[in-house]
Amino acid sequence: MNIVVCVKYVPDATADRHFEDDNTVDRVGVDGLLSELDEYAVEQALQLKEKNEGTEVTVLTVGPEQAVDAIRKGLQMGADKGVHVVDDAVAGSDALGTSLVLAEAIKKLDYDLVVCGMSSTDGAMGVVPAMLAERLDLPQVTLGSVIEMQGKEVRIKRDGDTATEIIGGTAPLVLSVTDQSGEARYPSFKGIMAAKKKPVETWSLSDLGVDASQVGLSAAWTQVEDTAARPPRTQGEIVTDEDGSGAKALAEFLASKKFI
Amino acid sequence: MSEILVLVDHVDGAVRKTTNELLTIARRLGEPSAVFIGDLSDDAASTLKTYGAEKIYVVDDAEIKGYLVAPKAEVLQQLVERTSPGAVLISSNAEGKEIAGRLAVKIDSGLITDAVDVQEGPVTTQSVFAGNYTVTAKVTKGTPVITVKPNAATPEQSEGAAAQEKVDVTISDAAKAAKIVASEPRKATGRPELTEAAIVVAGGRGTGGNFEPIEQFADSLGAAVGASRAVVDSGWYPHSFQIGQTGKVVSPQLYVAAGISGAIQHRAGMQTSKTIVAINKDEEAPLFELVDFGVVGDLHQVLPAATEEVNKRKG
Ligand SMILES: Cc1cc2nc3c(=O)[nH]c(=O)nc-3n(C[C@H](O)[C@H](O)[C@H](O)COP(=O)(O)OP(=O)(O)OC[C@H]3O[C@@H](n4cnc5c(N)ncnc54)[C@H](O)[C@@H]3O)c2cc1C
Ligand SMILES: Nc1ncnc2c1ncn2[C@@H]1O[C@H](COP(=O)(O)O)[C@@H](O)[C@H]1O
Repeated sequence: MNIVVCVKYVPDATADRHFEDDNTVDRVGVDGLLSELDEYAVEQALQLKEKNEGTEVTVLTVGPEQAVDAIRKGLQMGADKGVHVVDDAVAGSDALGTSLVLAEAIKKLDYDLVVCGMSSTDGAMGVVPAMLAERLDLPQVTLGSVIEMQGKEVRIKRDGDTATEIIGGTAPLVLSVTDQSGEARYPSFKGIMAAKKKPVETWSLSDLGVDASQVGLSAAWTQVEDTAARPPRTQGEIVTDEDGSGAKALAEFLASKKFI
Repeated sequence: MSEILVLVDHVDGAVRKTTNELLTIARRLGEPSAVFIGDLSDDAASTLKTYGAEKIYVVDDAEIKGYLVAPKAEVLQQLVERTSPGAVLISSNAEGKEIAGRLAVKIDSGLITDAVDVQEGPVTTQSVFAGNYTVTAKVTKGTPVITVKPNAATPEQSEGAAAQEKVDVTISDAAKAAKIVASEPRKATGRPELTEAAIVVAGGRGTGGNFEPIEQFADSLGAAVGASRAVVDSGWYPHSFQIGQTGKVVSPQLYVAAGISGAIQHRAGMQTSKTIVAINKDEEAPLFELVDFGVVGDLHQVLPAATEEVNKRKG
């Protein structure tokens, strides 16, 4: 079986994330890493590999030069090879552009499963997996917290808004997993050493037959008009509870704001 | 004026409040047309009328039920092709966003998700990077597809014609490739829906797994109950109540956090609340940086006493 895991290189969420002058996310000036939510996708792919002999796991990313770090991390965790689509023309793509490039890259690979995270920690749209399913004309089995596969049949548990559901589909399909699917493993020393010898291919848009005018900031289907830092919240009154004084003060505050 | 398609979000026929908000927003952009997939009851039709639907497209779901989002995207695609709307508005929950994503690809149009406001244009406002930035944007290509978060507008009544039209759509076999094998509806809690609630009371690891003080305080205020991921990971409360980056994003009038430290991923789900209150025994807890009012103390003492105080004041 062949599994392609889509992983994104994102600015560190604990760092100071900000916008560039052209209103795109600064992906160069801040420390980046493999999106934590995509580690869960790598983990599930590796678990399926362990259960299905002869499985090969490819980590695929679309992103700038440094995004190869995200691929490395995936390889260190245990994936077999990496594909990095990097092209200046891709910069500033929105989800439609990104999903187009990802889909064309996936078409060039062998796959039974395409595995994604639940959403990227920076854009957080959570739409790329659905868009990939649409573009590749594959069933979409998304937001799984428990993943099972028997032969070609995939079953997931999805904790939806109004119900908990079991969703099924037959491979090939697009799968996405949530952060409830189980802790991702840390790379072992052996894994880190082994990763150095694993192959990483670098593809440009022309390798994919995608025209530069179809993607990137200029072709984006949406345009950011303005970005503004949210004014910092000013800290209000803090009281220390002594013998029930805290509860009285709290009720007083809530009443003053008409919440009672 | 062009039509604005609004996909009605409903649970077994009962229209959810977010739909009324979408209809209110749609009136700023054009003439609201509700798209109802399922059996339209008189109740549901009258709600849609009350909030301004000029038309209601009713799509029978016999063929769609039990499948995931793909058929719904096909329904909308066919309606977009027929009506050339000014925009398509969809509720910003997991399902809504997936429908929107597929629709945007199908009709080769721009997509904006998680709008917290939509004005004429349509120009959208989004809150990004854990609520640290506000972004205004617009779609530059095709028919704008916009998913809108709960509480993005105050629902305003304004009667529409609500002319019903049954629509026949063809659903491809490919769209039925992923199916719902089993479904267990969430148990009703009797409390307001988390993302729609005006007040949310949330508990963290500091509860030690005892949510009684949280629930009782919530009930005294008529609030919804939420939880941090630490609580969900410990199995103390179900995942559907998790607030934060990988849970629900809430923006209530009042957010009360008890025994929650305030990690960035938690803030991402509550930072835009109007008023924030925290109760934590550690005065250094980062969440105190955001609060309008804070109590340094043990939640197991403060909350029961506060519950009593609130109930007394309510008389
Ligand atoms: C990719 C990713 C996604 C994540 N998504 C989310 C998310 O969606 N939502 C989320 O919440 N977290 C999320 N997290 C986890 C987040 O980083 C924190 O670990 C989590 O929010 C901590 O929960 P907590 O505040 O309840 O626990 P802690 O950080 O352990 O804090 C407990 C607090 O309770 C206080 N306390 C203890 N006892 C008492 C008492 N008796 N009375 C009063 N106060 C007391 C302590 O002083 C402390 O401040 C995510 C993390 C990652 C990596
Ligand atoms: N640039 C990218 N490269 C590879 N995978 C991506 C990229 N962007 C998004 N994805 C995948 O799509 C999922 C959802 O992303 P998003 O829709 O951006 O929230 C992520 O968890 C990844 O698995």
